[in-house]
Amino acid sequence: MPNVINIKNLSKFYEMGDQTVHALDNISISIDRGEYVAIMGPSGSGKSTLMNMIGCLDSPTTGLYQFNDVNVSSMTDDELARIRNKEIGFVFQTFNLLARSNALHNVELPLIYSGMGKFDRHNRAKQSLAHVGLENRMHHKPNELSGGQRQRVAIARALVTRPSIILADEPTGNLDTKTGDEIMQLFEELHLEGNTIIIVTHEEYIAEHAHRIIRVRDGKVERDEKVLKASK
Amino acid sequence: MISKFSSLFFELRESLGMSFIAIRANKMRSALTTLGIVIGIVSVTLMGTAIEGLNRAFKDNISKIGADNLYVQKFAWFQNDNWWKFRNRKDIKMEHFYAVQNQVSTANLITPVVGTGISVQYRSNDVAGVFAVGTSDQFFPLNNMNVEYGRLFTEAEAFGGRPVVVIGSEVAAKIFPQESGIGKNIKVGSHTYKCIGILEKQGSFLGMFSLDNRVFLPINSFFPRYGSERGIQIHAKAADPKNLDETAEELRGILRKARRVPPNQEDDFAINQQDLFIQTFNAIGLVIAGIGLFITTLSLFVGAIGIMNIMFVTVKERTKEIGIRKAIGAKRRTILLQFLIESSMLSLLGGLVGIIISYPLSLLINQIIPTSMPILIVLISILISLLVGVISGLLPAMRAAKMDPVEALRYE
Ligand SMILES: Nc1ncnc2c1ncn2[C@@H]1O[C@H](COP(=O)(O)OP(=O)(O)OP(=O)(O)O)[C@@H](O)[C@H]1O
Ligand SMILES: [Mg+2]
Repeated sequence: MPNVINIKNLSKFYEMGDQTVHALDNISISIDRGEYVAIMGPSGSGKSTLMNMIGCLDSPTTGLYQFNDVNVSSMTDDELARIRNKEIGFVFQTFNLLARSNALHNVELPLIYSGMGKFDRHNRAKQSLAHVGLENRMHHKPNELSGGQRQRVAIARALVTRPSIILADEPTGNLDTKTGDEIMQLFEELHLEGNTIIIVTHEEYIAEHAHRIIRVRDGKVERDEKVLKASK
Repeated sequence: MISKFSSLFFELRESLGMSFIAIRANKMRSALTTLGIVIGIVSVTLMGTAIEGLNRAFKDNISKIGADNLYVQKFAWFQNDNWWKFRNRKDIKMEHFYAVQNQVSTANLITPVVGTGISVQYRSNDVAGVFAVGTSDQFFPLNNMNVEYGRLFTEAEAFGGRPVVVIGSEVAAKIFPQESGIGKNIKVGSHTYKCIGILEKQGSFLGMFSLDNRVFLPINSFFPRYGSERGIQIHAKAADPKNLDETAEELRGILRKARRVPPNQEDDFAINQQDLFIQTFNAIGLVIAGIGLFITTLSLFVGAIGIMNIMFVTVKERTKEIGIRKAIGAKRRTILLQFLIESSMLSLLGGLVGIIISYPLSLLINQIIPTSMPILIVLISILISLLVGVISGLLPAMRAAKMDPVEALRYE
């Protein structure tokens, strides 16, 4: 299996006055196509920073990041935007939908940025919404949807461009346990369909859905292990 | 390449849609913001309308003051300063006219003109507020006037003081509503005149003063009946229009001598010509344009600052949205365009409201000088407001485009 993500000796520093925060400290990780990875660790350990790095939202202070064998560290803003648009699907803890737009438009937006025509765009967005079970909520605005439904819209938006990876930073953090379980069920299905998924979480039981758990602490990889699945 | 263009097109469409939603979501704020633009555009369009009307009035009326005509009068047109200096000037009298008539060589038409307000009556039809003009036969060719019915009076009738009258079309319509007036005796003031001619319609001067509400009497019948001490004007047509100044100089010389003006003193009369009208018209146009331009620039400037300010607020408020858009693939250009379009739409909205407000106001101007809102001014206004929108949106949009996506997403 080819590497989707190949990170080598990557660091991210923040200068805060006279002290330097090592948000990521010489990290090396590689992730294969089709993997389902959970990133865990205490608050402030650098999980979100790592996710932003993987998602090409942020650029490292030092180190190498290859995405699909292409060196991303040296890319311009617009090249990064193109990768985010085509190759990466983001799901956030706070859903991050456009409040004034309905579900359909929210899901369509990445396709607008990639220049897809109206007809195809509509069809793809509808398909994607149907995929997360929201085909009859297309014209609802985010404030007319429940938290779980909002997160489903966000997942539909992440899926719609058929990206190489789906990144989810605490996707169940703002949801109750039952709804969170439903969302995790959805990720499970997406993984079975062949998607590469990386998920950040605090909860052990959520991480257990994944097939590999990377534990970070103080910006370093503390442990990186495969999950043994007795039942699967 | 094709996908590059199509994505730009779809981004523009999306931004346009979002800008309407954003403007509608903040109706009051948007309305207040565009006030400066509204005022600016109202002032542009009204200025344009007024100047258009002025030009139109100018073209319509300037031909009524023949380009090669000279008007010898006691005072210069449009000269209202130094009234005290000029107020003791002697009237121009018939003796001055005869002096000019006898000596002039570069004018081929020359006539005395004297006038008074009067009422005209035929049987039970009584018209007040008519202007009676005492003049000679040469007045009519000098002003390109001709009869529609009957005939003009002759030189012999003019200077012989015969009781005949040529009447304007408006007066004729009022006193002879049914019948032909030719040959009828009418009363001009308290004196009886025989109507020998009715003039063609002349229209009005500057839309204020009807040229058809006049009656024309032989000059020497005017003085004994309506006041022999009245001052006159002398109208002359230059023989060679190209040498108008030469004719004016000749008239000046004759009159100075006739009026015994000492060589070291200024003229105690004025020789007016069309040129003065042109200058005054241009001056009025310039003043309107100047005031209009000042108000326009000022309010557009205020409007631009207002839009820039509100766009900075909008960008700040929507930091999170910018972060989301960037996370799902919006380029710098995308974000830049989005806010530029929003500021342009805001400004354009102000421009359109301005145009809509201007329209009834232009109808009001039309009451004073006949005019209409020029379509070019409407197009220019739309262009100006778009331009102001783009310029004032530029800095806020650039700030939005440059935002770091991670920081933008973290913004609450
Ligand atoms: N913009 C920034 N400026 C300065 N320090 C930052 C910045 N962003 C993150 N950090 C620091 O980097 C470290 C890692 O932060 P990060 O958000 O990745 O943690 P996290 O593991 O996601 O925590 P949580 O579980 O609470 O979300 C923290 O110590 C944080 O204070
Ligand atoms: Mg985090």
